[in-house]
Amino acid sequence: MIYLNGDPHEHGAGCTVAWVLESLRLPAEPRGVAVAVDGEVVPRAEWGAFAIPDGARVEVLTAMQGG
Amino acid sequence: MASAETGSDTLEIAGRTLRSRLLLGTGGFPSLELLAGAIRASGSELVTVALRRIELPAPGEANERGSLLDVLEREGVELLPNTAGCFTARDAVLTAQLAREAFGTDLVKLEVIGDEDTLLPDAPELLRAAEQLVDDGFVVLPYTTDDPVLARRLVDVGCAAVMPLGAPIGSGMGIRNPYNIALIREAVTVPVVLDAGVGTASDAALAMELGCDAVMVASAVSRAQDPIAMARAMRAAVEAGRLAYGAGRIPRRTYATASSPRRGIADFFASD
Repeated sequence: MIYLNGDPHEHGAGCTVAWVLESLRLPAEPRGVAVAVDGEVVPRAEWGAFAIPDGARVEVLTAMQGG
Repeated sequence: MASAETGSDTLEIAGRTLRSRLLLGTGGFPSLELLAGAIRASGSELVTVALRRIELPAPGEANERGSLLDVLEREGVELLPNTAGCFTARDAVLTAQLAREAFGTDLVKLEVIGDEDTLLPDAPELLRAAEQLVDDGFVVLPYTTDDPVLARRLVDVGCAAVMPLGAPIGSGMGIRNPYNIALIREAVTVPVVLDAGVGTASDAALAMELGCDAVMVASAVSRAQDPIAMARAMRAAVEAGRLAYGAGRIPRRTYATASSPRRGIADFFASD
């Protein structure tokens, strides 16, 4: 189980950031997207290899109108 | 300053040279078409965006992303990500780092809010976040209170500009303490960008007349009945205020000073 943008999601063994983004039907190189896992930035270059631990809070963020 | 008339009165901010002294927020526009129109009408070259959770698509739908970024790219503006909604230095620093990752910019409009009702900045958290972000290589533009001492402290830790409020965000109350805004202008050497509180064009003009280097508007334009017309008004107001500041206003006097000469006034009737 992981918390993806606040909602519980099933979590397979070896689940990576790239896998999570794919499950959101995002392209492999989405523009204007950033990811934090448990309060730390996961740089784009590490998305493919970064294994998300069970119970992690994953935030996938993008630009919204504001300010 | 004298060059304002020739159009070469550019704003140097954070290593960028901007021709427009109007910063535009993208929040509150009813549509992206109106946002695009307002950007064009405002002449703004630097616009804010917020960072929020990506919306998950309905099953079977492709994820519609990037339309806001597409519009901003098409309009040729630079992004100024904000940390709106952050209440702690920790959240604001992480949000800025994520914005840098998402948009590839080191610029950040730093907001650390202390209170839901007023959305006023939390001074100690703001200063802490500013210091950390400067150390991390960011170009920090902090949204701050109209306190000249805090503005100086923010510049001391390395902020590239200060963005004092005229009144609470979205209040449209104008500049409640013009004396403090003028004091901030005297207190720091970095650009001063009046942020928050602007309700209509005269507020933006006043900010510039007080010596601000730029004005940031969001709700005043996006929530106006005609956002594009208001964007045009703000542009004209900022230009007018800037010119007036450079021109040097006359001192205020209690009594009238005639502008027509006393000499040569006709004497029509014999007095008895």
